Amino acid sequence: MTTSTLVVKDLTRRGLGLGENLGRWDLKYSPYLFVSPFFILFALVGLFPLLYTAWVALHAWDLLGGQGRWTGFDNFAFILQQRQFWVALAVTLIFGSMFGERYGLVNRTLVDVGLGPIRWHTDPLASHIAIATMVNFRWTGYNALILLAGMQAISRDLYEAATIDGAGSLRRFFRITLPQLRPTIIFVIITATIGGLQIFDEPRLYDQNGLGGEDQQWMTMTIYLYKLGWTQLNFGRAASVAWMLFLVIVAIGLVNLAITRRIATGEGRTA
Amino acid sequence: MSAVSAFHRRRAEARIAQRPGALVYGFLTLILVAAVFPFYWSFLIGSGDAGTLSDTSMSWIPGANFIANARSVVDNESVNFWRALGNSIIVSTVVSASVVFFATLAGFAFAKGRFTGQRGLLVFVIGTMCVPTQLSVVPLFIAMSAFGWTGTLGAVIVPGLVTAFGVFWMTQYIAQALPDELVEAGRIDGASMFQTFWRIALPAARPAAAMLGLFTFIMSWTNFFWPFIVLNQTNPTLPVALATLQANYFVDYSIVLAGVLLATVPLLLLFIAAGRQLVEGIMRGAVKG
Repeated sequence: MTTSTLVVKDLTRRGLGLGENLGRWDLKYSPYLFVSPFFILFALVGLFPLLYTAWVALHAWDLLGGQGRWTGFDNFAFILQQRQFWVALAVTLIFGSMFGERYGLVNRTLVDVGLGPIRWHTDPLASHIAIATMVNFRWTGYNALILLAGMQAISRDLYEAATIDGAGSLRRFFRITLPQLRPTIIFVIITATIGGLQIFDEPRLYDQNGLGGEDQQWMTMTIYLYKLGWTQLNFGRAASVAWMLFLVIVAIGLVNLAITRRIATGEGRTA
Repeated sequence: MSAVSAFHRRRAEARIAQRPGALVYGFLTLILVAAVFPFYWSFLIGSGDAGTLSDTSMSWIPGANFIANARSVVDNESVNFWRALGNSIIVSTVVSASVVFFATLAGFAFAKGRFTGQRGLLVFVIGTMCVPTQLSVVPLFIAMSAFGWTGTLGAVIVPGLVTAFGVFWMTQYIAQALPDELVEAGRIDGASMFQTFWRIALPAARPAAAMLGLFTFIMSWTNFFWPFIVLNQTNPTLPVALATLQANYFVDYSIVLAGVLLATVPLLLLFIAAGRQLVEGIMRGAVKG
Protein backbone atom coordinates (compact mmCIF):
# COMPACT_ATOMS: atom_id res chain seq x y z
CA MET A 1 0.00 0.00 0.00
CA THR A 2 2.67 2.45 1.05
CA THR A 3 4.72 1.76 -2.02
CA SER A 4 1.81 2.45 -4.32
CA THR A 5 1.08 5.80 -2.67
CA LEU A 6 4.78 6.59 -2.91
CA VAL A 7 4.68 5.73 -6.56
CA VAL A 8 1.74 8.01 -7.13
CA LYS A 9 3.57 10.88 -5.45
CA ASP A 10 6.68 10.07 -7.38
CA LEU A 11 4.74 9.96 -10.58
CA THR A 12 3.27 13.41 -10.05
CA ARG A 13 6.70 14.83 -9.26
CA ARG A 14 8.85 13.58 -12.12
CA GLY A 15 6.96 11.35 -14.46
CA LEU A 16 7.79 7.66 -14.17
CA GLY A 17 9.38 6.48 -10.95
CA LEU A 18 11.59 3.47 -10.51
CA GLY A 19 8.92 1.44 -8.73
CA GLU A 20 6.46 2.09 -11.50
CA ASN A 21 9.02 1.05 -14.07
CA LEU A 22 9.78 -2.17 -12.24
CA GLY A 23 6.08 -2.87 -11.96
CA ARG A 24 5.63 -2.37 -15.67
CA TRP A 25 8.53 -4.59 -16.57
CA ASP A 26 7.21 -7.20 -14.20
CA LEU A 27 3.78 -7.04 -15.79
CA LYS A 28 5.12 -7.06 -19.30
CA TYR A 29 7.98 -9.51 -19.17
CA SER A 30 7.25 -11.91 -16.29
CA PRO A 31 4.73 -13.85 -18.36
CA TYR A 32 7.48 -14.63 -20.85
CA LEU A 33 9.64 -15.90 -18.03
CA PHE A 34 6.76 -18.02 -16.73
CA VAL A 35 6.07 -19.73 -20.02
CA SER A 36 9.73 -20.11 -20.97
CA PRO A 37 10.45 -23.44 -19.23
CA PHE A 38 8.03 -25.18 -21.55
CA PHE A 39 9.48 -23.62 -24.66
CA ILE A 40 13.09 -24.23 -23.67
CA LEU A 41 12.40 -27.86 -22.91
CA PHE A 42 10.39 -28.25 -26.08
CA ALA A 43 13.21 -26.76 -28.11
CA LEU A 44 15.57 -29.33 -26.62
CA VAL A 45 13.50 -32.49 -26.63
CA GLY A 46 10.91 -31.66 -29.29
CA LEU A 47 11.97 -29.18 -31.92
CA PHE A 48 15.63 -30.12 -32.14
CA PRO A 49 14.80 -33.84 -32.47
CA LEU A 50 12.16 -33.02 -35.07
CA LEU A 51 14.72 -31.36 -37.30
CA TYR A 52 17.47 -33.77 -36.43
CA THR A 53 15.20 -36.68 -37.29
CA ALA A 54 14.75 -35.17 -40.73
CA TRP A 55 18.53 -34.96 -41.01
CA VAL A 56 18.98 -38.59 -39.91
CA ALA A 57 16.24 -39.69 -42.26
CA LEU A 58 18.19 -38.31 -45.19
CA HIS A 59 21.28 -40.38 -44.38
CA ALA A 60 22.32 -43.96 -44.11
CA TRP A 61 22.54 -44.18 -40.34
CA ASP A 62 23.48 -47.16 -38.27
CA LEU A 63 22.77 -47.58 -34.55
CA LEU A 64 26.34 -48.64 -33.92
CA GLY A 65 28.25 -47.03 -36.78
CA GLY A 66 26.51 -43.67 -36.57
CA GLN A 67 26.15 -41.24 -39.43
CA GLY A 68 26.81 -42.61 -42.90
CA ARG A 69 26.60 -41.10 -46.35
CA TRP A 70 23.91 -38.73 -47.58
CA THR A 71 21.18 -40.69 -49.27
CA GLY A 72 18.52 -38.11 -49.97
CA PHE A 73 15.06 -39.58 -49.96
CA ASP A 74 16.24 -43.19 -50.33
CA ASN A 75 15.07 -44.13 -46.85
CA PHE A 76 11.62 -42.75 -47.56
CA ALA A 77 11.52 -44.52 -50.91
CA PHE A 78 12.61 -47.76 -49.27
CA ILE A 79 10.00 -47.48 -46.54
CA LEU A 80 7.23 -46.66 -48.97
CA GLN A 81 8.01 -49.82 -50.91
CA GLN A 82 7.78 -52.04 -47.86
CA ARG A 83 4.63 -54.04 -47.34
CA GLN A 84 5.25 -53.81 -43.60
CA PHE A 85 4.99 -50.04 -43.69
CA TRP A 86 1.56 -50.10 -45.29
CA VAL A 87 0.38 -52.79 -42.90
CA ALA A 88 1.66 -50.72 -40.01
CA LEU A 89 -0.05 -47.63 -41.36
CA ALA A 90 -3.33 -49.47 -41.81
CA VAL A 91 -3.15 -51.00 -38.35
CA THR A 92 -2.30 -47.62 -36.88
CA LEU A 93 -5.19 -45.93 -38.63
CA ILE A 94 -7.56 -48.62 -37.42
CA PHE A 95 -6.48 -48.10 -33.86
CA GLY A 96 -6.70 -44.40 -34.34
CA SER A 97 -10.26 -44.56 -35.53
CA MET A 98 -11.36 -46.94 -32.81
CA PHE A 99 -9.86 -44.62 -30.32
CA GLY A 100 -11.50 -41.52 -31.64
CA GLU A 101 -14.88 -43.10 -31.92
CA ARG A 102 -14.93 -44.70 -28.55
CA TYR A 103 -13.63 -41.83 -26.57
CA GLY A 104 -14.82 -38.98 -28.53
CA LEU A 105 -18.47 -38.38 -28.20
CA VAL A 106 -19.78 -40.70 -25.57
CA ASN A 107 -16.68 -41.85 -23.81
CA ARG A 108 -17.82 -45.26 -22.87
CA THR A 109 -16.07 -48.58 -22.79
CA LEU A 110 -17.23 -51.78 -24.24
CA VAL A 111 -15.01 -54.23 -22.49
CA ASP A 112 -16.56 -57.24 -24.09
CA VAL A 113 -13.76 -59.74 -23.90
CA GLY A 114 -15.31 -62.86 -25.34
CA LEU A 115 -14.70 -65.91 -23.22
CA GLY A 116 -15.12 -68.21 -26.20
CA PRO A 117 -12.21 -69.63 -28.14
CA ILE A 118 -11.48 -66.57 -30.28
CA ARG A 119 -8.06 -66.75 -31.87
CA TRP A 120 -6.85 -63.48 -30.38
CA HIS A 121 -3.32 -63.89 -31.63
CA THR A 122 -3.76 -65.04 -35.21
CA ASP A 123 -6.89 -63.38 -36.47
CA PRO A 124 -6.07 -59.75 -37.37
CA LEU A 125 -9.49 -58.40 -36.41
CA ALA A 126 -9.55 -60.28 -33.13
CA SER A 127 -6.08 -59.07 -32.22
CA HIS A 128 -7.10 -55.51 -33.05
CA ILE A 129 -10.17 -55.76 -30.87
CA ALA A 130 -8.17 -57.26 -28.03
CA ILE A 131 -5.52 -54.54 -28.16
CA ALA A 132 -8.08 -51.77 -28.58
CA THR A 133 -9.88 -53.09 -25.53
CA MET A 134 -6.70 -52.95 -23.50
CA VAL A 135 -6.00 -49.43 -24.66
CA ASN A 136 -9.56 -48.31 -23.99
CA PHE A 137 -9.44 -49.79 -20.56
CA ARG A 138 -6.34 -47.77 -19.80
CA TRP A 139 -7.60 -44.44 -21.11
CA THR A 140 -11.30 -44.25 -20.30
CA GLY A 141 -10.66 -43.09 -16.76
CA TYR A 142 -8.51 -40.15 -17.81
CA ASN A 143 -10.95 -38.93 -20.39
CA ALA A 144 -13.88 -39.33 -18.06
CA LEU A 145 -12.06 -37.16 -15.51
CA ILE A 146 -11.26 -34.49 -18.09
CA LEU A 147 -14.87 -34.41 -19.25
CA LEU A 148 -16.09 -34.32 -15.66
CA ALA A 149 -13.85 -31.35 -14.91
CA GLY A 150 -15.22 -29.65 -18.01
CA MET A 151 -18.79 -30.29 -16.87
CA GLN A 152 -18.09 -28.82 -13.46
CA ALA A 153 -17.26 -25.56 -15.13
CA ILE A 154 -20.75 -25.25 -16.65
CA SER A 155 -22.80 -22.75 -14.71
CA ARG A 156 -25.62 -24.20 -12.66
CA ASP A 157 -27.82 -21.25 -13.59
CA LEU A 158 -28.14 -22.59 -17.12
CA TYR A 159 -29.61 -25.83 -15.85
CA GLU A 160 -31.91 -24.00 -13.48
CA ALA A 161 -33.17 -21.75 -16.23
CA ALA A 162 -33.73 -24.72 -18.52
CA THR A 163 -35.55 -26.63 -15.81
CA ILE A 164 -37.81 -23.66 -15.15
CA ASP A 165 -38.57 -23.62 -18.86
CA GLY A 166 -39.59 -27.26 -18.55
CA ALA A 167 -36.64 -29.04 -20.15
CA GLY A 168 -36.20 -32.68 -19.13
CA SER A 169 -32.88 -34.23 -18.20
CA LEU A 170 -32.15 -35.61 -21.69
CA ARG A 171 -32.92 -32.28 -23.24
CA ARG A 172 -30.69 -30.51 -20.72
CA PHE A 173 -27.91 -32.91 -21.59
CA PHE A 174 -28.14 -32.34 -25.33
CA ARG A 175 -28.91 -28.63 -25.28
CA ILE A 176 -26.69 -27.46 -22.43
CA THR A 177 -24.09 -30.02 -21.44
CA LEU A 178 -22.92 -31.00 -24.91
CA PRO A 179 -22.67 -27.51 -26.43
CA GLN A 180 -21.02 -26.11 -23.30
CA LEU A 181 -18.59 -28.99 -23.26
CA ARG A 182 -17.52 -28.40 -26.85
CA PRO A 183 -13.93 -27.24 -26.23
CA THR A 184 -13.33 -30.12 -23.85
CA ILE A 185 -14.78 -32.62 -26.30
CA ILE A 186 -12.61 -31.31 -29.13
CA PHE A 187 -9.59 -31.57 -26.87
CA VAL A 188 -10.38 -35.13 -25.80
CA ILE A 189 -11.01 -36.30 -29.36
CA ILE A 190 -7.82 -34.80 -30.69
CA THR A 191 -5.57 -36.07 -27.93
CA ALA A 192 -7.21 -39.49 -28.07
CA THR A 193 -6.65 -39.68 -31.81
CA ILE A 194 -3.04 -38.66 -31.49
CA GLY A 195 -2.61 -41.12 -28.65
CA GLY A 196 -4.20 -43.84 -30.74
CA LEU A 197 -1.80 -43.23 -33.57
CA GLN A 198 1.15 -43.63 -31.26
CA ILE A 199 0.33 -46.77 -29.37
CA PHE A 200 3.22 -49.04 -28.61
CA ASP A 201 2.94 -50.57 -25.15
CA GLU A 202 -0.01 -52.87 -25.70
CA PRO A 203 1.01 -54.31 -29.08
CA ARG A 204 4.59 -54.54 -27.88
CA LEU A 205 3.61 -56.67 -24.91
CA TYR A 206 1.00 -58.66 -26.79
CA ASP A 207 3.42 -61.53 -27.36
CA GLN A 208 6.95 -62.43 -26.35
CA ASN A 209 8.63 -61.02 -29.44
CA GLY A 210 6.85 -57.72 -29.41
CA LEU A 211 7.28 -57.12 -33.10
CA GLY A 212 3.68 -57.10 -34.23
CA GLY A 213 2.94 -60.77 -34.79
CA GLU A 214 4.14 -63.25 -37.39
CA ASP A 215 2.25 -61.63 -40.19
CA GLN A 216 2.31 -58.07 -38.81
CA GLN A 217 -1.33 -58.39 -37.78
CA TRP A 218 -0.93 -55.88 -34.99
CA MET A 219 2.19 -54.02 -36.02
CA THR A 220 1.68 -50.30 -35.50
CA MET A 221 3.88 -47.53 -36.87
CA THR A 222 5.66 -47.23 -33.56
CA ILE A 223 6.39 -50.94 -33.44
CA TYR A 224 7.67 -50.72 -37.00
CA LEU A 225 9.88 -47.79 -36.06
CA TYR A 226 11.27 -49.67 -33.09
CA LYS A 227 11.91 -52.71 -35.24
CA LEU A 228 13.81 -50.73 -37.87
CA GLY A 229 15.82 -48.72 -35.38
CA TRP A 230 16.58 -51.10 -32.56
CA THR A 231 16.45 -54.57 -34.05
CA GLN A 232 17.63 -53.84 -37.59
CA LEU A 233 19.83 -51.02 -36.28
CA ASN A 234 18.87 -48.73 -39.12
CA PHE A 235 18.29 -45.27 -37.68
CA GLY A 236 17.90 -43.59 -41.04
CA ARG A 237 14.88 -45.67 -41.93
CA ALA A 238 13.45 -45.45 -38.41
CA ALA A 239 13.70 -41.68 -38.61
CA SER A 240 11.88 -41.55 -41.92
CA VAL A 241 9.06 -43.64 -40.45
CA ALA A 242 8.89 -41.17 -37.56
CA TRP A 243 8.48 -38.29 -39.98
CA MET A 244 5.78 -40.03 -41.93
CA LEU A 245 3.96 -40.80 -38.69
CA PHE A 246 4.16 -37.12 -37.83
CA LEU A 247 2.70 -36.10 -41.19
CA VAL A 248 -0.13 -38.60 -40.81
CA ILE A 249 -0.87 -37.27 -37.33
CA VAL A 250 -0.95 -33.67 -38.50
CA ALA A 251 -3.22 -34.57 -41.43
CA ILE A 252 -5.62 -36.56 -39.27
CA GLY A 253 -5.53 -33.93 -36.54
CA LEU A 254 -6.63 -31.26 -39.01
CA VAL A 255 -9.40 -33.40 -40.49
CA ASN A 256 -10.57 -34.30 -37.02
CA LEU A 257 -10.60 -30.69 -35.91
CA ALA A 258 -12.62 -29.66 -38.94
CA ILE A 259 -15.20 -32.41 -38.44
CA THR A 260 -15.54 -31.92 -34.70
CA ARG A 261 -15.88 -28.19 -35.14
CA ARG A 262 -18.66 -28.60 -37.63
CA ILE A 263 -20.53 -31.13 -35.52
CA ALA A 264 -20.13 -29.10 -32.37
CA THR A 265 -21.17 -25.80 -33.91
CA GLY A 266 -24.13 -27.55 -35.52
CA GLU A 267 -25.25 -28.66 -32.09
CA GLY A 268 -24.66 -25.25 -30.65
CA ARG A 269 -26.76 -23.58 -33.32
CA THR A 270 -29.83 -25.75 -32.92
CA ALA A 271 -29.77 -25.18 -29.18
CA MET B 1 -36.34 -11.42 -6.46
CA SER B 2 -40.09 -11.86 -6.49
CA ALA B 3 -41.76 -14.61 -4.52
CA VAL B 4 -42.89 -16.37 -7.68
CA SER B 5 -39.45 -16.67 -9.22
CA ALA B 6 -38.02 -17.74 -5.86
CA PHE B 7 -40.61 -20.48 -5.79
CA HIS B 8 -39.72 -21.60 -9.29
CA ARG B 9 -36.09 -21.52 -8.45
CA ARG B 10 -36.52 -23.70 -5.45
CA ARG B 11 -38.59 -26.15 -7.44
CA ALA B 12 -35.99 -26.21 -10.19
CA GLU B 13 -33.23 -26.88 -7.69
CA ALA B 14 -35.24 -29.69 -6.20
CA ARG B 15 -35.65 -31.22 -9.63
CA ILE B 16 -31.98 -30.96 -10.50
CA ALA B 17 -31.07 -32.53 -7.20
CA GLN B 18 -33.44 -35.47 -7.59
CA ARG B 19 -31.86 -38.87 -7.20
CA PRO B 20 -30.83 -40.63 -10.38
CA GLY B 21 -32.85 -43.69 -11.28
CA ALA B 22 -32.03 -47.38 -11.35
CA LEU B 23 -30.94 -47.09 -14.97
CA VAL B 24 -28.10 -44.72 -14.11
CA TYR B 25 -26.98 -46.88 -11.22
CA GLY B 26 -27.12 -49.98 -13.41
CA PHE B 27 -25.01 -48.31 -16.08
CA LEU B 28 -22.45 -47.06 -13.57
CA THR B 29 -22.26 -50.49 -11.94
CA LEU B 30 -21.60 -52.01 -15.34
CA ILE B 31 -18.73 -49.60 -15.93
CA LEU B 32 -17.37 -50.27 -12.46
CA VAL B 33 -17.43 -54.02 -13.08
CA ALA B 34 -15.77 -53.54 -16.47
CA ALA B 35 -13.04 -51.48 -14.82
CA VAL B 36 -12.43 -53.83 -11.93
CA PHE B 37 -12.73 -57.09 -13.84
CA PRO B 38 -9.27 -57.04 -15.45
CA PHE B 39 -7.71 -56.55 -12.01
CA TYR B 40 -9.62 -59.44 -10.59
CA TRP B 41 -8.73 -61.55 -13.60
CA SER B 42 -5.07 -60.67 -13.12
CA PHE B 43 -5.35 -61.62 -9.50
CA LEU B 44 -6.96 -64.94 -10.38
CA ILE B 45 -4.06 -65.79 -12.65
CA GLY B 46 -1.43 -64.17 -10.46
CA SER B 47 -2.51 -66.28 -7.53
CA GLY B 48 -2.54 -69.50 -9.52
CA ASP B 49 0.31 -71.42 -11.09
CA ALA B 50 1.85 -71.74 -14.54
CA GLY B 51 -1.08 -73.82 -15.77
CA THR B 52 -3.89 -71.54 -14.57
CA LEU B 53 -4.08 -69.40 -17.71
CA SER B 54 -4.64 -72.31 -20.08
CA ASP B 55 -6.94 -74.15 -17.69
CA THR B 56 -10.39 -74.05 -19.30
CA SER B 57 -12.15 -74.95 -16.07
CA MET B 58 -10.42 -72.16 -14.23
CA SER B 59 -11.92 -71.37 -10.87
CA TRP B 60 -13.37 -67.94 -10.07
CA ILE B 61 -11.89 -68.15 -6.62
CA PRO B 62 -8.30 -66.94 -6.32
CA GLY B 63 -5.62 -69.55 -5.75
CA ALA B 64 -3.18 -69.60 -2.87
CA ASN B 65 0.05 -68.85 -4.69
CA PHE B 66 0.01 -65.06 -4.87
CA ILE B 67 2.58 -64.54 -2.14
CA ALA B 68 4.82 -67.22 -3.60
CA ASN B 69 4.54 -65.75 -7.09
CA ALA B 70 5.19 -62.24 -5.84
CA ARG B 71 8.20 -63.51 -3.94
CA SER B 72 9.62 -65.14 -7.03
CA VAL B 73 9.33 -61.78 -8.82
CA VAL B 74 11.05 -59.93 -6.00
CA ASP B 75 13.73 -62.59 -5.62
CA ASN B 76 14.44 -62.86 -9.34
CA GLU B 77 17.81 -61.20 -9.73
CA SER B 78 17.43 -60.35 -13.40
CA VAL B 79 14.28 -58.37 -12.56
CA ASN B 80 16.05 -56.16 -10.03
CA PHE B 81 12.75 -55.38 -8.33
CA TRP B 82 13.72 -53.11 -5.43
CA ARG B 83 16.01 -51.03 -7.55
CA ALA B 84 13.26 -50.67 -10.15
CA LEU B 85 10.74 -49.69 -7.47
CA GLY B 86 13.08 -47.04 -6.09
CA ASN B 87 13.80 -45.71 -9.57
CA SER B 88 10.12 -45.54 -10.45
CA ILE B 89 9.39 -43.62 -7.27
CA ILE B 90 12.19 -41.13 -7.94
CA VAL B 91 11.29 -40.60 -11.59
CA SER B 92 7.55 -40.25 -11.06
CA THR B 93 7.89 -37.94 -8.06
CA VAL B 94 10.39 -35.58 -9.65
CA VAL B 95 8.54 -35.48 -12.97
CA SER B 96 5.11 -34.86 -11.49
CA ALA B 97 6.33 -32.17 -9.06
CA SER B 98 8.11 -30.39 -11.87
CA VAL B 99 5.21 -30.66 -14.30
CA VAL B 100 2.75 -29.29 -11.74
CA PHE B 101 4.96 -26.32 -10.89
CA PHE B 102 5.96 -25.28 -14.40
CA ALA B 103 2.60 -26.02 -15.97
CA THR B 104 0.75 -23.98 -13.34
CA LEU B 105 3.22 -21.13 -13.75
CA ALA B 106 2.81 -21.11 -17.52
CA GLY B 107 -0.94 -21.64 -17.22
CA PHE B 108 -1.19 -18.60 -14.97
CA ALA B 109 0.75 -16.48 -17.46
CA PHE B 110 -1.39 -17.64 -20.37
CA ALA B 111 -4.68 -17.27 -18.51
CA LYS B 112 -4.13 -14.01 -16.66
CA GLY B 113 -1.11 -12.28 -18.19
CA ARG B 114 -1.28 -9.76 -21.01
CA PHE B 115 1.64 -10.05 -23.36
CA THR B 116 2.33 -9.82 -27.04
CA GLY B 117 2.12 -13.11 -28.89
CA GLN B 118 0.12 -14.70 -26.08
CA ARG B 119 -2.47 -16.37 -28.27
CA GLY B 120 0.05 -17.50 -30.84
CA LEU B 121 2.25 -19.07 -28.19
CA LEU B 122 -0.68 -20.89 -26.64
CA VAL B 123 -1.72 -22.28 -30.01
CA PHE B 124 1.87 -23.37 -30.48
CA VAL B 125 1.82 -25.21 -27.14
CA ILE B 126 -1.32 -27.08 -28.15
CA GLY B 127 0.18 -27.75 -31.58
CA THR B 128 3.20 -29.43 -30.02
CA MET B 129 0.91 -32.10 -28.63
CA CYS B 130 0.70 -33.35 -32.21
CA VAL B 131 4.41 -34.09 -32.29
CA PRO B 132 4.65 -37.76 -31.45
CA THR B 133 7.18 -38.95 -28.90
CA GLN B 134 8.33 -41.43 -31.53
CA LEU B 135 9.63 -38.60 -33.63
CA SER B 136 12.07 -37.49 -31.00
CA VAL B 137 13.09 -40.98 -29.97
CA VAL B 138 15.84 -41.47 -32.54
CA PRO B 139 17.67 -38.14 -32.09
CA LEU B 140 17.08 -38.13 -28.33
CA PHE B 141 18.68 -41.52 -28.13
CA ILE B 142 21.63 -40.30 -30.19
CA ALA B 143 21.92 -37.22 -27.97
CA MET B 144 21.67 -39.22 -24.74
CA SER B 145 24.38 -41.58 -25.96
CA ALA B 146 26.58 -38.60 -26.78
CA PHE B 147 26.11 -37.21 -23.25
CA GLY B 148 26.65 -40.65 -21.78
CA TRP B 149 23.20 -40.46 -20.21
CA THR B 150 21.85 -43.76 -21.49
CA GLY B 151 21.08 -46.07 -18.60
CA THR B 152 20.69 -43.17 -16.16
CA LEU B 153 17.50 -41.80 -14.66
CA GLY B 154 18.23 -38.32 -16.00
CA ALA B 155 17.55 -39.59 -19.49
CA VAL B 156 14.00 -40.46 -18.41
CA ILE B 157 13.37 -37.48 -16.13
CA VAL B 158 14.58 -34.52 -18.21
CA PRO B 159 12.35 -34.97 -21.28
CA GLY B 160 9.29 -35.13 -18.99
CA LEU B 161 9.85 -32.00 -16.90
CA VAL B 162 7.09 -29.91 -18.56
CA THR B 163 4.28 -31.18 -20.73
CA ALA B 164 2.10 -29.37 -23.24
CA PHE B 165 -0.89 -31.17 -21.81
CA GLY B 166 -0.11 -29.76 -18.37
CA VAL B 167 0.23 -26.20 -19.64
CA PHE B 168 -2.99 -26.44 -21.62
CA TRP B 169 -4.90 -28.00 -18.75
CA MET B 170 -3.79 -25.42 -16.20
CA THR B 171 -4.47 -22.55 -18.60
CA GLN B 172 -8.03 -23.75 -19.09
CA TYR B 173 -8.59 -24.20 -15.40
CA ILE B 174 -7.05 -20.96 -14.16
CA ALA B 175 -8.85 -18.95 -16.84
CA GLN B 176 -12.22 -20.01 -15.50
CA ALA B 177 -11.47 -20.65 -11.82
CA LEU B 178 -9.51 -17.55 -10.89
CA PRO B 179 -11.47 -14.29 -11.10
CA ASP B 180 -9.62 -11.38 -12.70
CA GLU B 181 -10.63 -9.23 -9.73
CA LEU B 182 -8.49 -11.30 -7.38
CA VAL B 183 -5.43 -10.94 -9.61
CA GLU B 184 -6.01 -7.21 -9.91
CA ALA B 185 -6.55 -6.82 -6.18
CA GLY B 186 -3.21 -8.51 -5.61
CA ARG B 187 -1.54 -6.22 -8.07
CA ILE B 188 -3.01 -3.09 -6.49
CA ASP B 189 -1.67 -4.27 -3.17
CA GLY B 190 1.78 -4.22 -4.74
CA ALA B 191 2.32 -7.94 -5.32
CA SER B 192 4.67 -8.88 -8.15
CA MET B 193 3.54 -11.31 -10.82
CA PHE B 194 5.34 -14.15 -9.09
CA GLN B 195 3.86 -13.27 -5.71
CA THR B 196 0.41 -13.18 -7.30
CA PHE B 197 1.08 -16.59 -8.75
CA TRP B 198 2.38 -18.04 -5.52
CA ARG B 199 -0.17 -16.55 -3.11
CA ILE B 200 -3.30 -16.39 -5.26
CA ALA B 201 -3.16 -18.50 -8.41
CA LEU B 202 -1.53 -21.60 -6.97
CA PRO B 203 -3.99 -22.02 -4.08
CA ALA B 204 -6.93 -21.37 -6.41
CA ALA B 205 -5.64 -23.94 -8.88
CA ARG B 206 -5.14 -26.64 -6.28
CA PRO B 207 -7.83 -29.07 -7.42
CA ALA B 208 -6.63 -29.03 -11.02
CA ALA B 209 -3.01 -29.11 -9.93
CA ALA B 210 -3.66 -32.15 -7.75
CA MET B 211 -5.31 -33.90 -10.66
CA LEU B 212 -2.49 -33.00 -13.01
CA GLY B 213 -0.02 -34.29 -10.44
CA LEU B 214 -1.79 -37.62 -10.16
CA PHE B 215 -2.15 -37.93 -13.95
CA THR B 216 1.49 -37.21 -14.49
CA PHE B 217 2.55 -39.58 -11.74
CA ILE B 218 0.54 -42.43 -13.25
CA MET B 219 1.73 -41.64 -16.78
CA SER B 220 5.30 -41.61 -15.74
CA TRP B 221 4.87 -44.70 -13.54
CA THR B 222 3.47 -46.70 -16.45
CA ASN B 223 5.64 -45.14 -19.15
CA PHE B 224 7.26 -47.91 -21.12
CA PHE B 225 8.41 -46.93 -24.62
CA TRP B 226 11.14 -44.41 -23.85
CA PRO B 227 12.49 -45.97 -20.61
CA PHE B 228 12.55 -49.31 -22.37
CA ILE B 229 14.78 -47.83 -25.07
CA VAL B 230 17.06 -45.71 -22.95
CA LEU B 231 17.41 -47.72 -19.73
CA ASN B 232 18.76 -51.21 -19.23
CA GLN B 233 18.18 -54.10 -16.87
CA THR B 234 20.78 -53.03 -14.33
CA ASN B 235 19.02 -49.73 -13.66
CA PRO B 236 15.41 -50.11 -14.81
CA THR B 237 12.05 -48.58 -13.90
CA LEU B 238 9.30 -51.01 -12.94
CA PRO B 239 7.72 -51.53 -16.38
CA VAL B 240 11.14 -52.12 -17.91
CA ALA B 241 12.03 -54.56 -15.16
CA LEU B 242 8.78 -56.45 -15.50
CA ALA B 243 9.26 -56.79 -19.24
CA THR B 244 12.14 -59.18 -18.49
CA LEU B 245 9.63 -61.61 -17.03
CA GLN B 246 8.03 -61.88 -20.42
CA ALA B 247 11.23 -62.05 -22.42
CA ASN B 248 12.04 -65.64 -21.53
CA TYR B 249 11.43 -68.54 -23.81
CA PHE B 250 8.88 -69.97 -21.42
CA VAL B 251 6.57 -67.38 -19.88
CA ASP B 252 4.86 -68.16 -16.60
CA TYR B 253 1.96 -65.73 -16.67
CA SER B 254 1.05 -66.29 -13.05
CA ILE B 255 4.39 -64.77 -12.11
CA VAL B 256 4.14 -61.98 -14.70
CA LEU B 257 0.72 -60.94 -13.40
CA ALA B 258 1.79 -61.19 -9.78
CA GLY B 259 4.61 -58.81 -10.69
CA VAL B 260 2.25 -56.45 -12.50
CA LEU B 261 -0.13 -56.36 -9.53
CA LEU B 262 2.78 -55.72 -7.23
CA ALA B 263 3.79 -52.75 -9.40
CA THR B 264 0.24 -51.38 -9.20
CA VAL B 265 0.09 -51.36 -5.40
CA PRO B 266 1.98 -48.06 -4.95
CA LEU B 267 -0.38 -46.34 -7.39
CA LEU B 268 -3.39 -47.61 -5.49
CA LEU B 269 -1.89 -46.39 -2.22
CA LEU B 270 -1.26 -42.98 -3.76
CA PHE B 271 -4.80 -42.83 -5.05
CA ILE B 272 -6.24 -43.74 -1.67
CA ALA B 273 -4.12 -41.05 -0.05
CA ALA B 274 -4.92 -38.37 -2.61
CA GLY B 275 -8.27 -39.61 -3.83
CA ARG B 276 -10.51 -37.85 -1.36
CA GLN B 277 -8.93 -34.49 -2.03
CA LEU B 278 -9.13 -35.08 -5.78
CA VAL B 279 -12.77 -35.98 -5.78
CA GLU B 280 -13.56 -33.03 -3.52
CA GLY B 281 -11.62 -30.77 -5.84
CA ILE B 282 -13.46 -32.01 -8.90
CA MET B 283 -16.82 -31.88 -7.20
CA ARG B 284 -16.36 -28.43 -5.76
CA GLY B 285 -15.27 -27.24 -9.16
CA ALA B 286 -14.43 -23.66 -9.73
CA VAL B 287 -15.34 -20.41 -8.06
CA LYS B 288 -18.90 -20.24 -9.28
CA GLY B 289 -20.40 -17.08 -10.71
